[in-house]
Amino acid sequence: MESLSNKRKVLEIKPLNFLERAYLPAIMGGLATTMKHFFKKPVTISYPEEKREFSENFRGMHSLKRDEDGKERCTACGLCALSCPAEAITMTAAERQPGEENLYREEKYAAVYEINMLRCIFCGLCEEACPKEAIYLDGDIVPADYLRKDFIYGKDKLVEAPLNQ
Amino acid sequence: MGLADIVIKFVLIVIIFAISLVVAMYSTYAERKVAAFFQDRIGPNRAGPWGLLQPLADGGKMFLKEEIIPTNATPFLFIVGPSLAILTACIGSAVIPWGQKLTIGSHVVDLQVTDINVGVLYIFGVVSLGVYGVMIGGWASNNKYSLLGAIRAASQNISYEISMGLSIIALLMLTGTLSLREIAEQQHGFWANGWFTWNVFRQPLGFLIFIVCAFAETNRSPFDLPECETELVGGYHTEYSSMKLGFYLFAEYINMFISSAVMATLYFGGYNFPFMHHLGLSENLVTILGVVFLFAKIFAFIFFFMWVRWTIPRFRYDQLMDLGWKVLIPLAIANIILTGLITTFLK
Repeated sequence: MESLSNKRKVLEIKPLNFLERAYLPAIMGGLATTMKHFFKKPVTISYPEEKREFSENFRGMHSLKRDEDGKERCTACGLCALSCPAEAITMTAAERQPGEENLYREEKYAAVYEINMLRCIFCGLCEEACPKEAIYLDGDIVPADYLRKDFIYGKDKLVEAPLNQ
Repeated sequence: MGLADIVIKFVLIVIIFAISLVVAMYSTYAERKVAAFFQDRIGPNRAGPWGLLQPLADGGKMFLKEEIIPTNATPFLFIVGPSLAILTACIGSAVIPWGQKLTIGSHVVDLQVTDINVGVLYIFGVVSLGVYGVMIGGWASNNKYSLLGAIRAASQNISYEISMGLSIIALLMLTGTLSLREIAEQQHGFWANGWFTWNVFRQPLGFLIFIVCAFAETNRSPFDLPECETELVGGYHTEYSSMKLGFYLFAEYINMFISSAVMATLYFGGYNFPFMHHLGLSENLVTILGVVFLFAKIFAFIFFFMWVRWTIPRFRYDQLMDLGWKVLIPLAIANIILTGLITTFLK
């Protein structure tokens, strides 16, 4: 049959000659190969001390953003929760009281905002759905933990640090 | 033999025993590091600087693990197995000359526990005892995998002991003595009468056969069929846990150390090094340097053992038997005949 890729090689099976049957030349070759690797730089990345560089579009832990005046951008519209295929996001909305204008940008804000990191698949659809540019998956790898309840991240872990502090 | 001599001998024995154990301990660490380097990795590096405390941690773990003796095992033989393995591994070091004579004050210390005139034979006796530990352990476990591993070990060791012995006969035809001390003395220096003094240059084929057999006798890869994980779970030590397992693993490394020492003594000049008496050093300094050189040779051999382990895949069992009976034994016999012809007609 004509091969499609033209990459087919016909192999001839010849009986082994004396040197091949004596093993030793092949063993020497093998030893040379391993010795070459002995002096190569290890490819290991010692994880907690060094980290592999992430790609540009790496999606890590979420962060809830603030605007240029340090006010929280999120308005608790729920579009991120709606778009989430893993149903990892829940939130409770609240009305902004007078005097809190420096904390929240819109009249409505998220009093509770929780992401279950065990459910999250880091697809980035919440990022795309957000009309206020309030959520980004620009953080690090979500760290390991012992208890399931500790993987439900609230606003304390998600909201960006205030600007001038 | 005065009291001082007895004390000196005792101290020497303790030192050699301690050195074999420490070398075996750090061989486990070296094995993992060397394996890592051959595979472009880093290897153990968490316990202490560069992971140097790793063997201690492993040893501590081994001692603290639960000791399991299976219900169907024969308890007495189950314990005898690893004990015998480690015992026979340790007593081999008694006849190895670690160096020349050391003069301390008025005492002349011979850096060899005992110079018996059948040293090579003694080594062979101990080596062939070594297989009993594996055999008894595998048999007493009452587990089919252990038994298969033990049977493999027994038949493999018997097959390779023959060609090992035959390769040594050719060497003994040249040396004319079985005493390891005399064999080492005959290889004095490096160059004499227009040829190298080390036996590896007089018996290259014999050395090749010997080193292949040494790999088989110590159950090292590519001849590690007795503990072949892919087929036999753990081989003869499948049922073992705790320090009894540790003893088996330890015995393998001590065996490796002793067989490296034997190879260095028989073929690579032992404690001799080039120009040892042309440098104008004092006798004691030459002796100490000799010990250092012997250990350098031993470590080089241990490294070679590891290098081969991480290079060559395991033999299939029929290939192993083929190599032993159809290749190495005829080669060893041919080597004997060749040696005989050369010594007869060239002298």
